[in-house]
Amino acid sequence: MALLDIRQRIGYLFIAVTIGHIILISAQVNTNRGIPILEAVTFGVFAEVQRAASSAIGGMQTSWTDYVALQQVRTENEQLQKEISQIRVGLQQERALAQRSRTLEQLLDLRTQAVDLTTVAANVIAGGASPDFRTITVDKGTADGLRPDMAVIAPAGVVGRIITPSARAAKVQLLIDRNAAAGALVERSRAQGVAEGSGGDLRLNYVSGTADIQVGDTVVTSGIDGIYPKGFVIGQIQSVQRGAGVFDTIVLRPAVDFSSIEAVLVVTTAPVAVDEEAAPQ
Amino acid sequence: MLIAIALALALQTTLARFIVGGTTALDLVLVVVTYVALTSGPVTGMLAGSLAGIIQDALSSGVVGIGGLAKSIVGFLAGAIGQQFIVTAALPRLVMFLGATALHAAVFMGLYVLLGLRAFPSPWTAIASQALGNAAVGLIAFAIIESLPGMAERRRMQKRH
Repeated sequence: MALLDIRQRIGYLFIAVTIGHIILISAQVNTNRGIPILEAVTFGVFAEVQRAASSAIGGMQTSWTDYVALQQVRTENEQLQKEISQIRVGLQQERALAQRSRTLEQLLDLRTQAVDLTTVAANVIAGGASPDFRTITVDKGTADGLRPDMAVIAPAGVVGRIITPSARAAKVQLLIDRNAAAGALVERSRAQGVAEGSGGDLRLNYVSGTADIQVGDTVVTSGIDGIYPKGFVIGQIQSVQRGAGVFDTIVLRPAVDFSSIEAVLVVTTAPVAVDEEAAPQ
Repeated sequence: MLIAIALALALQTTLARFIVGGTTALDLVLVVVTYVALTSGPVTGMLAGSLAGIIQDALSSGVVGIGGLAKSIVGFLAGAIGQQFIVTAALPRLVMFLGATALHAAVFMGLYVLLGLRAFPSPWTAIASQALGNAAVGLIAFAIIESLPGMAERRRMQKRH
């Protein structure tokens, strides 16, 4: 009967629900430091559901590909793909090391900085729940040493950063999310800027109007944001629109194909702060 | 209703992995909320929207409640319109899904911009593609669900003959 009564007063119910949401939103906006408890608990619980769903789907896929399809070829191919991925990650580390060495040699105040990175491998178990947020969920969490703001990379380049870790899973904000950004520099000319997500691709903003920028230039992390290690590939410059003495829009093509990420590496080593200002341009 | 929302969320998180890099993005949860509102009325639509939106917010990295508010408004209005007008033909339903997506985007993005939490520079293409995608999925869902009782009846008749 009570439910029947409340259904007859639809307007009041609608206002009550709206006010309830506004109170909920206001509470979070006013205390916007840290992770909301509701979000953390819901994410932790749902991550287990996602893990189970991913395992079930993965099991079915594995059964199909390994037993119905060409079993030997598939297995061999996967092994080779893993080896290539490891080699490409190693190559990126070597590349970062070489670039850093060149910069350090040019500095008067020569400093040695280690670029050996400690990483944790993780599998992607789900995508974002809302199309307005570009996130993925990985199957490693705080139990594996993951913490907020740790960088996430793939063999091809930078993927994003950890934003919400639970015990056995973590949410990763992709670099193409509208709220994501990373300190960046053009590898060839050493021009600095900030790579920012736009929901689908990347933009290179805050670049000096006199900087040497060309289509096809590779853009790498500068390391000045304190999240991403220096020297990892973000993408390539796809188009440049120049205004009156300034750059209007610089669009980057991400190095990583975000629609086909299956495994990532989480960098658990805190990045070394880099003072790029001191380096000669 | 709860099963439909849970299914939509599971499908959304699964499919999102494959379309995350593209510009087209479906909101299956919004499709379910609109469907529930059209078939069950404004109160059920609003409650479904509120619940589904809050869960979706909590699973995303946004403010919990903004998506809930947007979806509860969509659910309420879709349900109210569904009770006042005949929306059993394909065209009115198409308009409902397109309108629901546009309204959801307006409230969702509007609140984020109003609170200074996010910027949405030139979102029109994304909204339009999402509206068309949602409408297509919604119409297909309606067609499938409405054909199920008839299909069962036809099979029964064929067995008798």
